[in-house]
Amino acid sequence: MMRSSIAVKVRGLTKRFGDFVAVDNIDLSIKKGEIFGFLGPNGAGKSTTIKMLCGLLLPTGGTGTVGGFDIMKQSEEIKKNIGYMSQKFSLYDDLTVEENIHFFSGIYGVTNSRKKERLGWVLEMAGLQDKRKAVTKTLPGGFKQRLALGCAILHEPPIVFLDEPTSGVDPISRRNFWNLINEMSKAEITIFVTTHYMDEADYCNRLALIYRGKVIAEGTPNELKQKYMTRYVLEVEVDKVVEAMEVMYKNGIETAIFGSLLHATVDNMEKAIPRIKNLLEESNIPLNRIERIVPSLEDVFVALIEVS
Amino acid sequence: MKFIRVKAIAKKELIQIWRDPLSLAMAFLMPVMLLFIFGYAITLDVNNLKTVVYDLDKSSLSRELVDSFRASGNFEVVGNIHEQKEIDSYLDSGKAFVVISIPKDFSEKLKTGRDTSLQVIVDGSDSNTATIALGYISAITDMYSQRIKGVRITPLIDPRVRVWYNPELKSRNFIIPGLIAVIMAVITALLTSLTIAREWERGTMEQLISTPVKVPELILGKLIPYFFIGFIDVIFSVLLAVFLFEVPLRGSPLLLMLLSSIFLFGGLSLGILISIVAKSQLVASQISMIATFLPAFLLSGFMYSISNMPKALQIFTLAIPSRYFVTMLKGIFLKGSTLKLLLFETMLLSAFGLFVFAVANKKFRKKVI
Repeated sequence: MMRSSIAVKVRGLTKRFGDFVAVDNIDLSIKKGEIFGFLGPNGAGKSTTIKMLCGLLLPTGGTGTVGGFDIMKQSEEIKKNIGYMSQKFSLYDDLTVEENIHFFSGIYGVTNSRKKERLGWVLEMAGLQDKRKAVTKTLPGGFKQRLALGCAILHEPPIVFLDEPTSGVDPISRRNFWNLINEMSKAEITIFVTTHYMDEADYCNRLALIYRGKVIAEGTPNELKQKYMTRYVLEVEVDKVVEAMEVMYKNGIETAIFGSLLHATVDNMEKAIPRIKNLLEESNIPLNRIERIVPSLEDVFVALIEVS
Repeated sequence: MKFIRVKAIAKKELIQIWRDPLSLAMAFLMPVMLLFIFGYAITLDVNNLKTVVYDLDKSSLSRELVDSFRASGNFEVVGNIHEQKEIDSYLDSGKAFVVISIPKDFSEKLKTGRDTSLQVIVDGSDSNTATIALGYISAITDMYSQRIKGVRITPLIDPRVRVWYNPELKSRNFIIPGLIAVIMAVITALLTSLTIAREWERGTMEQLISTPVKVPELILGKLIPYFFIGFIDVIFSVLLAVFLFEVPLRGSPLLLMLLSSIFLFGGLSLGILISIVAKSQLVASQISMIATFLPAFLLSGFMYSISNMPKALQIFTLAIPSRYFVTMLKGIFLKGSTLKLLLFETMLLSAFGLFVFAVANKKFRKKVI
């Protein structure tokens, strides 16, 4: 077989649970060394997809390869060539840091000289050099996360699947984590990562947005912003956010709440601004500020969901 | 099969057991405790049977006979009666279990060297106790007649039983070896029934099955530490049996250990299989209790003789591993049985272990659903 530059390729990947279609006919193609982000809200089908790619779940339909191995027939071959970090922390929390690393070294068949080197590497990467004898359950979330990542890649797999690696981790740990992922990518490791944090999408080389089991958009972060945001996003600052949103929504303006602000997506900015001002005034909602902003991926995502 | 993976799993499992007081207690304390409790509680010996005496002879010889009943410790004389009809009221009300009726010419016949007989009425509603009581009665009367100038007294019922292997008829001697088998059947399945289910519940299984570990490596790795625990439990139990309960160990201790190992392998594999199918610790532990304790207690030949069971049930017992282990332990302890004598049991027990191990391997799938 020719060494292809594709790490993961699937066509028509589908998973049904009874009548429920968790993953609906999706196509993916991921290049070697790419950081591929798989974005979507909870329950969109991210974990189901990742489990099918890792050989943990048999697809109902579709074809494809991971690392050159068939996802339908060669799941055990796939498992030799990937690292997988599940959504829930899944190391042994009654084992110490070092014992967990030793265990996975054994499982992955990492032998003596290499084992010592990898142990040192994981401890350093996770910042756990002085906590090697600590029982894992006593560690803070960020450390656990990095230890789990370390254990999943002890055997230096060419492809790594990370299922919501940053959920429930503080912002600083999250950033550190993405730095790690970036470094791995530089070492030609392919990374498939799911997240529901939209702000993390910009760390990825390429993205797919999944919603209700379907991929609704795909491309680089910039492509997505340009391609799918032909319309304008207005940021509206009011005190009564919920009331303002109801008013605008009733009058046919696509509106979403972003923290304490509203984002309105419109086709014609010149007409829309006076109209919004009028609407709010009529409803006695004081307007503090309204201005055009560069859409974030979150806006893109909200807009795409409105369409589908 | 890679040894390094089996070793990693076995080591991890051992650390987890070691750190968990509950697992430790279950592994080491529970079998010893069960042996204590059941060893002392289950006894088929009968003591202090309430007895009334209907002595028509009223001689020194008849009183001597009554005294020897009393002295045995098995009979407690609670009263004397003077009329035939009183017998019924004593037995019906449960005030007495045994009535010894001594005929008028008892001492006269003895003195003139003739045979005489003794009427003994035993409440048969508890047939087990009644049978045991009859055994005592014939033993006491035999001894008595030997003492009195070698004259025989024949009780109305004269069971000519010779007891082998357990001549003192101490029920403990045949209960304890069987009890070890029952306890080990429960412990082995219970110990391993939690291991796979626990990993599913804690979510660690998802990580484990995403690795290249092979199913036999995983199962074997999990069996090994429990095998050693089970082995230690067997040694403990045998030591307790010999030194505390004073059960004679007539056969080879080495053979006992060898056959125990075969049993452990099957029992632990059964626990693993249950754990794989149940995927929940609670369900798995309940299934393993039911699947091992009841058959081991009732159908293994521990309490009730298999040959007395209906034919269909007898055939069913062939599928119960503790049946073989009970025979093995009783045989080695009491009869000093050799491997040659236990070949049938050994073969079937090995077959059971291999079969269950194979099914467990087949049932375990490295998928999340």
